[in-house]
Amino acid sequence: MSTETPIHTWSPPATIEKSVGQSIPRKEDDRLLKGQGMFADDVWMHRMGYVHFVRSPHAHAAILDVDVSKALQVDGVYATLTGEEVRRLTDRYTQIAPEPGGRLKDYCLAVNKVRFAGEPVAAVMAETRELARDAAALVEVDYAPLPVVTDAVEAAAEDASVLHTEIGSNVGWHGLYDFGDVDWALEHSDHVVSIPHLHFHRFSSTPLECNAAVVNWDAGTGVIRIESNNQMPQFAALFIAPALGVRTDQLQFNSQDIGGAFGLKLTSYTNITALALLSRKAGRPAKWTEYRSEHLVGSCHGNERTFREIAVPVMEDGQILGFKAKVYDDVGAYMRYEPLGGVIFSQVLPGCYRFQHLQVDYHTVLTNKTPIGPNRGYSRLQHLWLVERIVDIVASQLELDPVAVRKRNYVQADEFPYETPNGCLYDSGDYEASLDRALELIDYEGWRERQRAAAGTGKRIGIGIGSTLDSGTNNFGQARLINKNLPFSGNGEAAICKLDLQGEISVALGSVPQGQGHETTTSQVVADVLGVTPAEVWVQAGADSARNSYTAFSGTYASQFAVTGIGAALGAARQVREDIVTVAACVLESAPEEILVVGGIASVEGDEERALTFAEIANLVHANVGALPPEVADAVTLNRRFVYRPPFGVPDWRTKSGHLTLTYASQIHACVVEIEEETGVTTVLDYAIVDECGTPINPQIIEGQVHGAAAHGIAAVLQETLEYDESGQLLNGTFWDYHVLTCPDTPMFKTDNLPRPSPFTPTGSKGMGEGGGGPLHAVCSALQDALGPAVVVTDSHNPTERVWRLMHAPADADGAGADVVSR
Amino acid sequence: MADSAHHVAVTVNGQRYERVVMGRQLLVHFVRETLGLRGTHIGCDSGNCGACTVICDGKAIKSCMQLAVQADGREIETVEGLAGPADPPTALQAAFTRHHGVQCGYCTPGFLMSAKALLEGQPSPSREEIRRGLKGNVCRCTGYVNIVLAVEDAAGGGEQA
Repeated sequence: MSTETPIHTWSPPATIEKSVGQSIPRKEDDRLLKGQGMFADDVWMHRMGYVHFVRSPHAHAAILDVDVSKALQVDGVYATLTGEEVRRLTDRYTQIAPEPGGRLKDYCLAVNKVRFAGEPVAAVMAETRELARDAAALVEVDYAPLPVVTDAVEAAAEDASVLHTEIGSNVGWHGLYDFGDVDWALEHSDHVVSIPHLHFHRFSSTPLECNAAVVNWDAGTGVIRIESNNQMPQFAALFIAPALGVRTDQLQFNSQDIGGAFGLKLTSYTNITALALLSRKAGRPAKWTEYRSEHLVGSCHGNERTFREIAVPVMEDGQILGFKAKVYDDVGAYMRYEPLGGVIFSQVLPGCYRFQHLQVDYHTVLTNKTPIGPNRGYSRLQHLWLVERIVDIVASQLELDPVAVRKRNYVQADEFPYETPNGCLYDSGDYEASLDRALELIDYEGWRERQRAAAGTGKRIGIGIGSTLDSGTNNFGQARLINKNLPFSGNGEAAICKLDLQGEISVALGSVPQGQGHETTTSQVVADVLGVTPAEVWVQAGADSARNSYTAFSGTYASQFAVTGIGAALGAARQVREDIVTVAACVLESAPEEILVVGGIASVEGDEERALTFAEIANLVHANVGALPPEVADAVTLNRRFVYRPPFGVPDWRTKSGHLTLTYASQIHACVVEIEEETGVTTVLDYAIVDECGTPINPQIIEGQVHGAAAHGIAAVLQETLEYDESGQLLNGTFWDYHVLTCPDTPMFKTDNLPRPSPFTPTGSKGMGEGGGGPLHAVCSALQDALGPAVVVTDSHNPTERVWRLMHAPADADGAGADVVSR
Repeated sequence: MADSAHHVAVTVNGQRYERVVMGRQLLVHFVRETLGLRGTHIGCDSGNCGACTVICDGKAIKSCMQLAVQADGREIETVEGLAGPADPPTALQAAFTRHHGVQCGYCTPGFLMSAKALLEGQPSPSREEIRRGLKGNVCRCTGYVNIVLAVEDAAGGGEQA
């Protein structure tokens, strides 16, 4: 070993302040604030053509003929693509559902039949965007309309018009979840509250950036380069590659910045497939940027869900023993991520409560509507809304205090980790403390007084509570509860950490974020491991297949980054630190335990003059390796790929139970609404959210996620809805009709965070961000509170007109209230 | 499909450009594609979301609602005109970072241009004036709270410093 002692001109700081837990400014902001972000539509390729999709005006029709000849005659049109070509050139997409739902045939363009208005039937690629659009208008399609079904309950009936004849019905999947003994509980409880009908409406969190991609199928190498904003490229690859008959590693995904996704950019694999075919056919890159109207009608929506025959056993003291319900989940015309919603809701089966007797008879139903995609809070927010509606309706009908009923039934702080009747393990939490804090933030008692004072003034005050969960880090083994033959289980995320040629620290993620600040939070965690500041850690987010920092599960979805992505970055950084210590101990002739790693320097504790900078260590490993003993040179790389794997097994498909998610962040919402009796105009007067997501990494980013999720919920409950007429035409196809929340519509949310570290995760943090739809629960709860027991709030969407009807014509608004039988 | 070519002379971020454009080209496509200033974004194609907001002769406008030919002779500011890539951020931009008013960043250039025009017209707006003044811009990530706080801060304190 070299005996040269390194020379230092400065001394390292003795310590660096820990970054985890600090609200450091985001690393992403500088480029985004200066208009230097790189989004999918910002990508240009040489010789590329623009693609326009021809979409069906019918919700259900046989395709008799598609004639592209006139479009092809237009000068500047490069290629066209029809459903018939797609049928010949590709295999149908893999289906998640077992038989018979698994027989469903789904392609990137409609084949033989259209099943929703807006479904693409052909595509045209041309020299300019405008030319492609004009030429697409020349494509002639001959349709024979078929009967349309838009209601999930009607669609599930035996005599309904069937979308996919190969399935034989419109029920794509069916499963019974049955835990405890709900019939026994209904026979032995003091009260039974029956709710005939509840409806969770269809909406979409509509990321501001629509879908977009540029795809180039290189004829020479076979590489299919995909510059897109797809948020889970490896999931997409598992659909695209078999459909195209190519290797998954031919698909090279790239992205940098994504303009919001919320789960809705998971299913863009259909569009990417069509672009790949067009690129191959034309010998050019194919670029497509979705118009907003296309996004609303043709991409995907959140799940609409109808609940029937809900029965709730309740004891005299307010203890709710559980519930039973029939569920009809409307997934639209195809199952592109479905029927996973049919198991994902069960991650939070009893909500925040100690319910022991639970029965859910779940139907995944196909209708002539836009397919659904996993919208923020996917499948859990619908179910959590049901649970919160049950609690509020019980409180209202039995004239119990909604705060007391919640506290009576919440899982208690000393019961964590808490096992639910279906085997899920809630890791940590204190719902009662969060509720108390939320009520304090809105001055609950003060509002109760103002509520009483408002009586007779023409205005009503309602105070509502929403208790919700954000279950994160899926065990993909839950897919086997849907289809026992699916070869999925566990979860995992990859990251690569390295010390580059001159000692620079970089991290590559697999997470493909869309605004969640992963570059920042990763740099904080890695900085703490390597004893540097976050500014010294360069984090490469976005997709890049060539980096090799992915697993099949990679992506930003389902509230998992703080566990999986951070776990991966942490693991990789620790391995790099070990390499640094190994080299330093060798060169400095010290024991590894004596090496300090602080401020970009590895030194010997107590003798800090014996030190190596990261640059010197990197030089030894990358460029001066002959100076290291072979056993050290062979052991270190300073370039470490680590896969974080949560400790999951395989859930039991027979009993539909198991450890489905690793973490359970909670949010308790409290809100105050004012209703004008004459008009139904509803105004949110105060709003507080208390979030619990374990150990905070960057509190400001957490708060930003809480705000954003709350805004989506407020938007959905009061303004945003995707409705269809009887012929299956979407009535909200632009932002003129789809009323996205704007700044003056949004309350200035009050927030607090009460950390209860998770015992199951690498940093004690929990995944968060989806938010569990809290405002849908809380605003409905507030409306129920304002309207009293004579009215039952049965819908998740309550615009002015509906609130007016609830007050003045409740039968028109609901048709079914609630009923109590007491013993 | 007949379209006509037009000569356009426009000043963007202080630089004069003369180009021949097709009559149907939208101003936002002129800015993004003809000039290559891709910080201005498109979110709705219908004038609702404000991702395409630029300042034209001192007023915030939605560049997806105008044709490029309508910009002839006008002076336009885009997000790239606020602070160069190597320059420190402006006070408004810095306030967005300080208050975490940026998440995915897609709406951000439009918000910055609307807020700049708002503050130039009204240097000390109240919180309500800010909230109403930003009504033409949609953000789907932040829930607006931190954007309002950022604009208040940039305006010099606001109700809640």
